[in-house]
Amino acid sequence: MGLEGPGGREPDVAEVNVLIPSLLRPTAGGQEGLRLGVDPGGSTVAELLDAIGAQYPLFNRRVRDETGALRRFVNIYLDGDDVRRLDGLKTRVAAGQEVMVIQSVAGG
Amino acid sequence: MANIGEQSGTTYLLAVGTKKGLWLGTSADRANYVFTGPHFLMNEIPSIGIDTRNRKTRILVGVRSEHWGPTVSHSDDLGETWTEPENGAITFPQDTGAALERVWQIQPDSEGSPGVVWAGCEPISVWKSTDGGEHFELNRGLWDHPHRPEWGAGFGGAAAHTVLPSPTDPNTIHIAMSTGGVYRSTDAGATWEARNKGISAGFMPDAEPEFGQCVHKIARDPNNPETLYAQNHHGVYRSDDNADTWNSIADGLPTDFGFTMLTHPRRSGTAWVVPIMADSERIPPGGQLAVHRTDDAGASWTRLSDGLLEPDFNVVLRDAAAVDTEEPAGVYFGTRGGTVYASADEGISFTAVLTQLPDVLCVRAAVVEL
Repeated sequence: MGLEGPGGREPDVAEVNVLIPSLLRPTAGGQEGLRLGVDPGGSTVAELLDAIGAQYPLFNRRVRDETGALRRFVNIYLDGDDVRRLDGLKTRVAAGQEVMVIQSVAGG
Repeated sequence: MANIGEQSGTTYLLAVGTKKGLWLGTSADRANYVFTGPHFLMNEIPSIGIDTRNRKTRILVGVRSEHWGPTVSHSDDLGETWTEPENGAITFPQDTGAALERVWQIQPDSEGSPGVVWAGCEPISVWKSTDGGEHFELNRGLWDHPHRPEWGAGFGGAAAHTVLPSPTDPNTIHIAMSTGGVYRSTDAGATWEARNKGISAGFMPDAEPEFGQCVHKIARDPNNPETLYAQNHHGVYRSDDNADTWNSIADGLPTDFGFTMLTHPRRSGTAWVVPIMADSERIPPGGQLAVHRTDDAGASWTRLSDGLLEPDFNVVLRDAAAVDTEEPAGVYFGTRGGTVYASADEGISFTAVLTQLPDVLCVRAAVVEL
């Protein structure tokens, strides 16, 4: 599993697309989405974030704290389902699925 | 907005951290400021440290987003550009199982300890940097302290909010936490002892426990490092024995509640507080905001309010007040209503230099050469 470069390569079946919220794009090379290769049996959300974090540590720190927990007001959706209602960061992601990182409502 | 770097010569720098960003001002006279900001829009700035040692000026800020968490950034060009260490300046080691919630205090050490910067954080922890604040190391002596399970959280969260390294003894550091009280290390942070004798805790069954007090802010006398002042959650105190014992100096104040405590940069015996009515009535007494100054170590207090807008029903938070090092000393503070005041005459008169900002969380001032 690994993070593909920002080039315009067409996605293939062994990849997932991770959509980056606009506020975090400066921490992820300015990209709207990142394509990541996944293991044949799928990869967990945490593994995908680890792979992104290896290249973009600031992005990783914005999304997760240093214990690895997803920050309270950050949501991650897998094909439209909140992973907190699935298996959290252990939720498995299969090739071809879409992961969306998005900020929740918070603040005043 | 004007470029902050356009001024030259002796310049007064004023940094204002709010709930929604940072404002930076420069002034030639401490009354008329040119501000830039908001920097870090929609991030709270609960802590600011201005490090002017070695003829350089580094501004360090604790930054916290409700969404994206806390971090520390610094600027070496008065806010033109900011640097955030990629892996974080303050991150809890994995074995602690803890995560940083908020940086409450960034405190450069004295001239004799160049590069040393202290931080106080939530959860209750103290950190030390030896590279000017780019990377901090957790103080294990405090983290592993046997009192930890009994420390509590005040309304704002459980934090070490004050770190006071001694300017004359590198082994002595005083800290204050809410709730927990004052702790002192005399071995450079290896071990810490509770030092709250004489400080009351009206919210606990034992009125004078060894620890557990909700000390809101402590400040050190500039010439006698063993003299400290404390604004408590009800109670204003002075210690003349390195915090071994504390005595009330609240007589003469309209109320003993408040959050701030400032001492003079050079003159012993001078301190400033901003009284708040009570724990249960968190407004300036009668809605009339005033600073109170003592010049005799707390034996008497003088009410100062010239230039302050009336009425005002907002409190001044623990780090939303500061002094500079000029002669006469400048006094600065900001309210939760978003007004920031500056005084170039030690509090005799104030000028509102910013109004209608978000809640002011932190104010710091410095004299810099541009």
